[in-house]
Amino acid sequence: MKPIIRVENLSKQYRLGAIGTKTIREDVQRWWHRIQGKEDPYLKIGETNDRSSKGNSDYVWALRDINFEVMPGEVLGIIGKNGAGKSTLLKILSKVTGPTTGRIDFNGRIGSLLEVGTGFHPDLTGRENIFLNGAILGMTKREIRSKLDEIIDFSGCERYIDTPVKRYSSGMTVRLGFAVAAHLDPEILIVDEVLAVGDDEFQKKALGKMQEISKNEGRTVLFVSHNMISIKKLCNSGLFLENGNVLMRDSISKVVNTYEYKSASIGEIDLSLRSDRKGSGKIKVMSCNLLNRFNYKTTNIDCGEVFLLDLSVKSNLMETKSKNIEIAVNICHIGGDRIIQLSNRFLGQNIYLNSELTRIQFRIDKFPLNPGKYAIRIFIANSIEIFDWIDNVLILNVEDGDFFKSGFVENSSVFFVDHSINIINN
Amino acid sequence: MVAQKTEYENSIVPKDKLFDLRLQEIWNYRDLLVLFVRRDFVAKYKQTILGPVWFFIQPIFQTAVMAIVFGGMARLSTDGVPPILFYLAGVTAWNYFSNCLRATSNTFTANANLFGKVYFPRAVTPLSIVISNLIQFGIGMVLFLLIYIFFVITGTALHPSITLLLLPLLIVVMGFMGLGLGMLVSAMTTRYRDLQYLVEFGVQLLMYATPVIIPLSAIPAKYKPIMLVNPMTGVIETFKYGFFGAGTFSWPLLSYSIGFTVIVFLIGLAIFNKTEKNFMDTV
Repeated sequence: MKPIIRVENLSKQYRLGAIGTKTIREDVQRWWHRIQGKEDPYLKIGETNDRSSKGNSDYVWALRDINFEVMPGEVLGIIGKNGAGKSTLLKILSKVTGPTTGRIDFNGRIGSLLEVGTGFHPDLTGRENIFLNGAILGMTKREIRSKLDEIIDFSGCERYIDTPVKRYSSGMTVRLGFAVAAHLDPEILIVDEVLAVGDDEFQKKALGKMQEISKNEGRTVLFVSHNMISIKKLCNSGLFLENGNVLMRDSISKVVNTYEYKSASIGEIDLSLRSDRKGSGKIKVMSCNLLNRFNYKTTNIDCGEVFLLDLSVKSNLMETKSKNIEIAVNICHIGGDRIIQLSNRFLGQNIYLNSELTRIQFRIDKFPLNPGKYAIRIFIANSIEIFDWIDNVLILNVEDGDFFKSGFVENSSVFFVDHSINIINN
Repeated sequence: MVAQKTEYENSIVPKDKLFDLRLQEIWNYRDLLVLFVRRDFVAKYKQTILGPVWFFIQPIFQTAVMAIVFGGMARLSTDGVPPILFYLAGVTAWNYFSNCLRATSNTFTANANLFGKVYFPRAVTPLSIVISNLIQFGIGMVLFLLIYIFFVITGTALHPSITLLLLPLLIVVMGFMGLGLGMLVSAMTTRYRDLQYLVEFGVQLLMYATPVIIPLSAIPAKYKPIMLVNPMTGVIETFKYGFFGAGTFSWPLLSYSIGFTVIVFLIGLAIFNKTEKNFMDTV
């Protein structure tokens, strides 16, 4: 089968900074090169789009030599951090802005939904706005008329349909906008996080409609969202963008896994270089390693295996003050809630620290959580202040294991507990 | 560069053909054009008490002021036509041109929000502005004709000439000249706004270089060339000549206006179409 969309060496360059008298020199230079038939001099420079580091160039590449294909009927989830180039890609696909180099070839009509209710006029009625919005999205009057009842029905705004839109609540406006867009019938539909608006019920309805469009009608959908749950639900394949490059193009579950892992991979940075730690710093964790049973550093652990976390802690406090200190290790969902907390306070154990490195080992005899990735957080505090707090110290990769030592590998539970069963015959 | 052959229906590439009017695409969006015209018209006078009566009030006051200042006090020539009629004719025609030019000249900056979210041929927007201004012009013409008939009934001798048949052509020329210039300006102001300010007061000044107030026949020979270079001169003079049979009518002058309009419209549309692709990055 032939792909419905083919993206070849697509790049987009942006110029940073304000436009004013300074830029006119560059414009003239550019124009002069063009009439001489030479290449644009500013295309040779430019840096990858990394927001946090200060660059030397005023030009950045929001997308750099992107290549991918989309098959008909595919529902492609596009994910990546903010600034990875997702929105730029969608903008180019929906023809809002042009590429700098490269090309996109496609069959059929592309309908894009970068926003719901685009071009609504507050003084026109709901009905009039359906026509206006539909026409802006590329429908003809006849198409809209034939679907008018469906659209009104889907929006649930029937009672207000002849009232100016400015009297609508914001939720109703969104509903009406989505209703129009959902009845757009392009071969390729592009959707940008529009589902993030509206209440729960509406989001479900919108997601259901999107599934219907893709599954039942076999349309191709490109979907951008930060919500991994809806992406997983809706898409069957994924595209992972990072700094304007395609990092991965695979099944949606693999791509989402990689994304979640990558977004937590900050844990691989040396602790002393971490700038995101909180707390006063009077006591600091200097190192933290997960050790396997042979005392080697690892990030992998089997279910049911020994969990041994080795910390080195240093205190700058007077020794006498280093009392009643709590040192806690949390095991959390990635980017989420705490599942397990280990703490010396729970055990009624005092830990005395001084300016020398103190090694402290936290141990769970049988690690109880099921396979997956978990983030480790460490904090050191007393009742008055927090001395040190580090999220994502490391990412724990838990694999299948023989928790019960029975040869039976169980992974349908969230966690495991040792248990026994007694059979009592009377 | 050799055009690459593909087996695909549509392509998105960095550069378009140098000169592409894309009229077919605009035609495909004709429903949108109609809806935009309706929207502009309805939205303009919603929540006003007088509604479309405002279309009358503006030219009436403009004409009255001109008749008092230029006709009454300065006693400028009006080619023997009653001042009220003479100025109203000029104002009605001139306003159509200047409204078209002014409203289309900021198409990109005024619609950046909409254009940033969805694609449609951007030329639909200025076209819709010209058409909704045409409706306003039509209402202005009704007013003009009513007063015209009033003067005829009360016994003023007016001599409409055969050139009145050129009226539809004049309207098209005015609309397209405004549209062409407006698209040119709006395409050139996405990056540097300077031109926009020039247009704002430039249109007002240009009126004095057009025979709206002073007929071409009353212009001293020294300044005549300035008047003749202005492509609106031929249009306004022909407009007045058609209704009053007084003033100047010459084919070369009118042909110059038509030729100017055709060229400026084609260049304007082509540059406008070229700009729409990347203007979002700089606007």
